[in-house]
Amino acid sequence: MFASGNSTLTVRSRWLPSVEDMSSEPPTSSTRHVVVVGGGMVAQRFVEALRSRDTDGTWRISVFAEEPRKPYDRVGLTRYFEVRDAEELTLGDPALWDDPLVTLHRDCKVEKIDREQRTVTDRLGRVHAYDELVLATGSNAAMPPIPGNDLPGVFVYRTIDDVAELRGWVEAKREAGRVETRGGVVEKPVRGAVIGGGLLGLEAAGALKALGAQATVIEFGTHLMGVQCDLGGGQALKRLINDKGISVRPETATKEMKPHRRTGHVGRLDFNDGGRLDVDVVVVATGVRPRDELARSAGLEMGERGGAVVDLTCRTEDPNVWAIGEVACIEGRCLGLVAPGNTMAEVVVDRLLGGQAEFPGADTATKLKLSGVDVASFGDAHGRTEDCVEVVWADPTAGVYKKLVLSDDAKTLLGGVFVGDATPYATLRPMLGAELPGDPAAFLLPEGAGNAPDIELPDEANVCSCNNVSAGTIRGAVTDHGCTSVGDVKSCTKAGTTCGACLPLVKKITETEMTRAGIEVSNALCEHFEMTRAQLFDAVRVSELHSFSDIIERFGVVPEGATSAGRGCDICKPVVASILASQGNGHILSGEQSTLQDTNDHMLANMQKDGTYSVVPRVPGGEITPEGLIVIGEVAKDFGLYTKITGGQRIDMFGARVEQLPDIWKRLVDAGFESGHAYGKSLRTVKSCVGSTWCRYGVQDSVGMAVELELRYRGLRSPHKLKLGVSGCARECAEARGKDVGVIATDKGWNLYVAGNGGQTPKHAQLLAEDLDSETLLRTIDRFLMLYIRTADRLQRTAPWAEEYEGGLEAIRQVIMEDSLGIADDLDAAMAAHVGAYEDEWKAVLEDPDKLARFGSFVNAPTTPDPSLAYVAERGQKRPATAEEIAAGPDGPVDPALAGPVLVTGPTLEVRA
Amino acid sequence: MIPLAAAPTDRPAEIPDPEDTVTTTQDAADVAADATAGGWAAVCRLDQLVPERGAAALLRRADGAPFQVAVFRLLDDSVHAVQQLDPYAAANVMSRGIVGTRGEEPTVASPVYKQVFALRTGECLESGGKTPKAGLGAHLEAFPAEVRDGVVHVQVT
Ligand SMILES: Cc1cc2nc3c(=O)[nH]c(=O)nc-3n(C[C@H](O)[C@H](O)[C@H](O)COP(=O)(O)OP(=O)(O)OC[C@H]3O[C@@H](n4cnc5c(N)ncnc54)[C@H](O)[C@@H]3O)c2cc1C
Ligand code: SF4
Ligand code: FES
Repeated sequence: MFASGNSTLTVRSRWLPSVEDMSSEPPTSSTRHVVVVGGGMVAQRFVEALRSRDTDGTWRISVFAEEPRKPYDRVGLTRYFEVRDAEELTLGDPALWDDPLVTLHRDCKVEKIDREQRTVTDRLGRVHAYDELVLATGSNAAMPPIPGNDLPGVFVYRTIDDVAELRGWVEAKREAGRVETRGGVVEKPVRGAVIGGGLLGLEAAGALKALGAQATVIEFGTHLMGVQCDLGGGQALKRLINDKGISVRPETATKEMKPHRRTGHVGRLDFNDGGRLDVDVVVVATGVRPRDELARSAGLEMGERGGAVVDLTCRTEDPNVWAIGEVACIEGRCLGLVAPGNTMAEVVVDRLLGGQAEFPGADTATKLKLSGVDVASFGDAHGRTEDCVEVVWADPTAGVYKKLVLSDDAKTLLGGVFVGDATPYATLRPMLGAELPGDPAAFLLPEGAGNAPDIELPDEANVCSCNNVSAGTIRGAVTDHGCTSVGDVKSCTKAGTTCGACLPLVKKITETEMTRAGIEVSNALCEHFEMTRAQLFDAVRVSELHSFSDIIERFGVVPEGATSAGRGCDICKPVVASILASQGNGHILSGEQSTLQDTNDHMLANMQKDGTYSVVPRVPGGEITPEGLIVIGEVAKDFGLYTKITGGQRIDMFGARVEQLPDIWKRLVDAGFESGHAYGKSLRTVKSCVGSTWCRYGVQDSVGMAVELELRYRGLRSPHKLKLGVSGCARECAEARGKDVGVIATDKGWNLYVAGNGGQTPKHAQLLAEDLDSETLLRTIDRFLMLYIRTADRLQRTAPWAEEYEGGLEAIRQVIMEDSLGIADDLDAAMAAHVGAYEDEWKAVLEDPDKLARFGSFVNAPTTPDPSLAYVAERGQKRPATAEEIAAGPDGPVDPALAGPVLVTGPTLEVRA
Repeated sequence: MIPLAAAPTDRPAEIPDPEDTVTTTQDAADVAADATAGGWAAVCRLDQLVPERGAAALLRRADGAPFQVAVFRLLDDSVHAVQQLDPYAAANVMSRGIVGTRGEEPTVASPVYKQVFALRTGECLESGGKTPKAGLGAHLEAFPAEVRDGVVHVQVT
């Protein structure tokens, strides 16, 4: 895909040397030693495959990587701008590198191969012996011999360091372009150009736009993505790219890059046709050149356009030297895609273990990963097969172009191009070389218009080309390996874990197979409702029903033979309770609603293991006065409660009995506290650092913002608990990126991150928008939360929700920032209604004798404490006694004084120093 | 262990005696039901119970030991009583579970680990893969319960 014929090669290496543990044991007689040169994606696959298949440990593996890090997801390189964290591009299970049979030498380029002695020499001059040698040195970004290509500000786009530097450069240029004028600060836009209009160039142009720079794509050929697209597709693509605010200059050769007179940085591009373009940054994406220098100096045979020549077993002319990935010249060419590289890795692993595998031919299907621009192609996209026929659907106004290439009888699928709507791609690509059922044109019609026949893929069809996973393997994951969700199948088979293009198909096959295996893929909430939570939410909203009885009568499932849908259960009742609360239905304990509330909501407190409760007053933003602290301390003391500081910057008081709750609340409410909603699937806390008011580094008042957010969203019921965080500068002391909504101050405003969480599967929140002013920040969070509340599943936190939302975070961004669904006003109104209707749930109970009456311990003895409660003292406070301690009785450790009705003076604990 | 200096408690002070049903609290004092033979005790007025929610009641077993039951009122004003002790959590909380139905069977779910029990029989219909705490049975004990003249009665023997 990035093949390029011309040009010299500039090796851009900027790695800082680092000291590394180099201990590598000498090979023992039974284990053999394979040395891998190169620590890229294909090397990773090689190690993974060898370690999983070589169960007897016959091979010891040493990997030499020139880059200073573990192999990472180069295909996902552009994500770096979003996640800003090299760690997030990590591939596979990092435990692979802790395997005692695997040694990774980072920042340790191999300089020389001695085939005679069977050794390699690394950059530190150390010599390592090998039994077998695998070259996986990949490619370099090609740098065409344009004068000025070494000016500061000219970048290539290949490694994490490349993109990190590019980002730094654009940000520095943007800063330099800010000028104070009498009318205020004016920002000069950063002007970017990308040389090369292929897949990579378009991705780079998208990245420049995302960094806030302008982008012009300079393409030498007649149209964009010439390798994949024919002219018609290329033209449709140009329209789509222009719509993204990216200009395109086709049929343009760059003659020279000129320095800026003052800075000496790249400043202008001069073209052969006499045109010119002022620039602040240039990304060169004209293709890649195999890094075959080692192979060449070792005297191995080179391909016509470079690359180490290998046969179908991936072996070079030297029987102990193999080449895989982009550096291998197989079937006469080097392949610039990860899928064939991975296949080669598997072939060599098989051979090392005595197998007979051969390279089956390259799958060159590709999909552009530029958000909002759907482009994909596979097979013979240009229709070069003799006598082939093409079926084209084009809608120039919508920027849609779809083409299938078929055999002369119009039956066998030979290839295809999709621009603007690549939905058929996932289904059709695995059908390459097979006969299509029905009329091929049906596959090209817009979704819903034609009835594209359902394709039942043969088991051997390759569904995920990145990871070489067939339909049969996915089916097997369900039938033989007990996978019951797409997530399971992904981790079991690796399908869909690289570029993600195959995911819709993986999902479809998984679900079909599950149905077939009798595993229910029902979306039903429970036996009473056949809908998902999101569907029920909409149903309730549209029908304007306000009681569970009405809702279950209208939407509940009436089982065969029964006359009604029944009365719900512990699953659907809390869901309906949450839906009603999110839509503003008064106090959660009023009327019939009180019967729907889950354990904690029911008592407006959190039930603990012995049936008593913990009480958490709200401390907005974690900011509390000394007087407030004293009140909480006194309440805890007077009621004999165990106290603990929570992770959300407030104080939890444990061991309150049902009948004590109203008295505790009264004390707190009288002192100005309110419910902290620690019991609800609702906003919990907004954690903050101290921010600019005190901190030497702070650039915004993070506490002020946290207080504002907490007061705005307090009491907001949601599918799961919600946590927010605000940090006063990029040092991120509030750990906001571990939250559902994380806000981090910048000197221009606030960066907004969403969909992170701690817990069992921690996820960093992802950047949604940058440098927002406070008002826009609130509006954006309003909409994010409301969209989540409306569309998430029961107990689905924001991270999995965003992942499963159709189109992912980008689609969410479009809904809330660009109003792509036209519901923004609606979301805003819903949040305004919530903010307006807020009341303190504790206070409301205290004011209502009916509700208060439910907080007795026993209906026939409402003030008598549960006689079974028993406590022992530990570290100066009480805790529930264990069964053994209770059995030992009051003569044992159990202390009746701790459990009894608390005297206002309180039981005092003498704590030994 | 830390030495504790505190007033001893007088609990359990207010257990109503099923033999004479003279309850010591204001609410229950209104209950004018007579003690009936066979361990029947008046617990509260029906209108003190919220339909489809439970309430705990403190009774005595025949041997005089204090005993907690969970009393539930359904939409049709029928009442049901089961033990208050949740065998899977070893806590007295069953009255605070969610009431619902499984098929036609009225149920209550444990508020702690969500086991589902049949209200009429106490049978555990769904254990969620958990086992009861040591020494406790998998099912709840169910007690006869009925409303007489607007007063809920439960029989504990
Ligand atoms: C932005 C971007 C987007 C892409 N998108 C896609 C896509 O959507 N689909 C797709 O299929 N492909 C895509 N690719 C291409 C894909 O990343 C490559 O095909 C794949 O990474 C090749 O793997 P490799 O292991 O052969 O080479 P590499 O991943 O390049 O790894 C080679 C490694 O070897 C190291 N090395 C080289 N020489 C030495 C030496 N002498 N000693 C030690 N180490 C050495 C290099 O530093 C490098 O780290 C994309 C590439 C980029 C840059
Ligand atoms: S995040 Fe920044 S402002 Fe907040 S405490 Fe840390 S250094 Fe200070
Ligand atoms: S095709 Fe790329 S992840 Fe499956």
